[in-house]
Amino acid sequence: MSVLVGKNTKVVTQGITGKTGQFHTKACKEYGTQMVAGVTPGKGGEAFEGVPIFDTVKKAKAATGCNASVIYVPPAFTADAILEAVDAELDLVVCITEGVPILDMVRVKRAMQGSKTRLIGPNCPGIITPGECKIGIMPGHIHRPGKVGIVSRSGTLTYEAVDQVTRLGLGQSTCIGIGGDPVNGTNFIDCLKLFQDDPGTEAIIMIGEIGGTAEEEAAEFIKAYVKKPMVSFIAGAAAPAGRRMGHAGAIISGGKGTAGAKFAALKAAGVAISKTSAHLGEVLKEVYKGS
Amino acid sequence: MKIHEYQGKALLSKYGVPVPDGLIVRSAQQAFDAANKLGGVVVVKSQIHAGGRGKGQLFDKADRTKLVLDGGVKVVKTPDEAKSTALKILGNILVTHQSGPEGKLVSTVLVEKGCDIKKEYYLGLILDRANSCVTIMASSEGGMDIEDVAAKQPEKILKVAIDSAVGFQAYQGRDLAFALGLENKLVSGFVSFCAALYKAYVDMDAAIVEINPLVLTGEGQFLALDAKINFDDNALFRHKDFLDLRDLAEEDPQEIEASQYDLSYVALDGNIGCMVNGAGLAMATLDIIKIYGGEPANFLDVGGGASKEKVTAAFKIILKDPKVKAILVNIFGGIMKCDIIAEGVVAAVKELGLKLPLVVRLQGTNVDLGKKIMAESGLRIQSVDALDEAARAVVAAARDDL
Repeated sequence: MSVLVGKNTKVVTQGITGKTGQFHTKACKEYGTQMVAGVTPGKGGEAFEGVPIFDTVKKAKAATGCNASVIYVPPAFTADAILEAVDAELDLVVCITEGVPILDMVRVKRAMQGSKTRLIGPNCPGIITPGECKIGIMPGHIHRPGKVGIVSRSGTLTYEAVDQVTRLGLGQSTCIGIGGDPVNGTNFIDCLKLFQDDPGTEAIIMIGEIGGTAEEEAAEFIKAYVKKPMVSFIAGAAAPAGRRMGHAGAIISGGKGTAGAKFAALKAAGVAISKTSAHLGEVLKEVYKGS
Repeated sequence: MKIHEYQGKALLSKYGVPVPDGLIVRSAQQAFDAANKLGGVVVVKSQIHAGGRGKGQLFDKADRTKLVLDGGVKVVKTPDEAKSTALKILGNILVTHQSGPEGKLVSTVLVEKGCDIKKEYYLGLILDRANSCVTIMASSEGGMDIEDVAAKQPEKILKVAIDSAVGFQAYQGRDLAFALGLENKLVSGFVSFCAALYKAYVDMDAAIVEINPLVLTGEGQFLALDAKINFDDNALFRHKDFLDLRDLAEEDPQEIEASQYDLSYVALDGNIGCMVNGAGLAMATLDIIKIYGGEPANFLDVGGGASKEKVTAAFKIILKDPKVKAILVNIFGGIMKCDIIAEGVVAAVKELGLKLPLVVRLQGTNVDLGKKIMAESGLRIQSVDALDEAARAVVAAARDDL
């Protein structure tokens, strides 16, 4: 079992003729994902690696029955691409693009209210259900099918967690990178609820970072709702206040968003804390034996 | 991206936000002329990016222990006084609680017409991440450090969230005005001020617009006495004109160089140089170094598509910091292949003749090939598998080197 994506997910790549779009469409297809269509306006009728290209998302959906999209278009065109996928009523939109203007995302989020589409990202590695469906830029080979759900604001830090879980001889149900921007689609709480409700997920790893209060809000939710064993790490304890650490969302401002406050909130919610990113696997082993 | 107060006021003024009359000067004589032209009482204001200028101290550039002027913002009554004050400010170092102990060189001064201040308020626009809305914050505690107010008297900060679909509405301004206790006759002026500020925020793709203080004058007018504007870096591609406002003298030279190579670099105070792929892993690397008793010299994210050239550029930037005693490279190869990184590291070490201890931790795609390349290079590179081990090794190396 898994959440959001699996064997039946059919994916359209928005921005399939760009270098990044091509590279990852090929890699995801090789992993076994059903990459059924691509969209590049003006290139309809062409194909890439056997994947047919359409001018619009609606045309791609009508012809292929795709129900998810992955976006690799440049930042200036990202809001437009997301809203096109929403208008085509896809179930899921995974936006990989980094550097989307914040006010664009404010407007996109407002426009998506009431729509049936779920957005993951932007500025994220994507989502993977090992052995079934990989949508995004994560290295497929480090994953292994299993029962640990992973949700994270950071890309490479997710890989670190995945690798440690795999080395324990365990595997992942689904791994979701929600992205490092201040305004994003799916948040921690959404993912935690999905994992709690998924019979195929038995333990959860949540990786946060400094900035904002998403982890504190997640902690409140965990207290009330999550019954499965959980491990968490927050990146950025050593970061100085007022400096943006790479991600647009990773900044401590006005004394808020510190790693200390987030660790404390999660600990109070009963989550096992890994003080470093190197010990996620070890701490997981203490609270979850596998099955 | 940050800009100066005078630049912010010029931009806001275009959107109809009332600001005091003022002139920019870069010499004491120009300050005299400006005060003469403006007439009456004027305010002489140091222009640096850090806040807290009024309470800051100016030190002699040649002798940084010598206090030249207490306070980076001065109210003066005559052109002669404006001239003598500007003389003390220009070319000297202003240290404020936000500038860091090294302070900032002041090369520009804003001379502004004084005004009759009846009351000071705070008005700020910022993104509230909790609801993904641009939010107006207002407070009757103007002129104070708003973070102090937020910590000690949070009830004194009023907030309204703006719906991006319809924008700022007059009733939201009225809500704030009445909550601030403004007299009826002042309400419409306040609402117009808020509307202009919101329009400016959205049009400019700002990340923050802060007016502190917003003053009510004796004549019943609202004026932006100060203006702090930061832009959303992600949106600068559609505001090419803002790039002219960038003051490179205010930025760390290594950070400027890093940005040219599309590397994300932040200078820190320690002695362990770091090169990592991914912002989250880069932060986590600093954290673990600190946990093992070391102090990182920098945050450096080489990004997802590091090439040999990028790795070499990253090494060069790290090595420009004379405090660096050891370097840790931590790469989790996903799309980025470990063998490419290893080739980059080997080439950079050879090209730069690196003598400092170097610990490299590679993991992920093509890791074995990467390790083989480093082992066969004949260079003194300490290659480790686990991040834990890598952090311990580099902390020990930095210590031994002291």
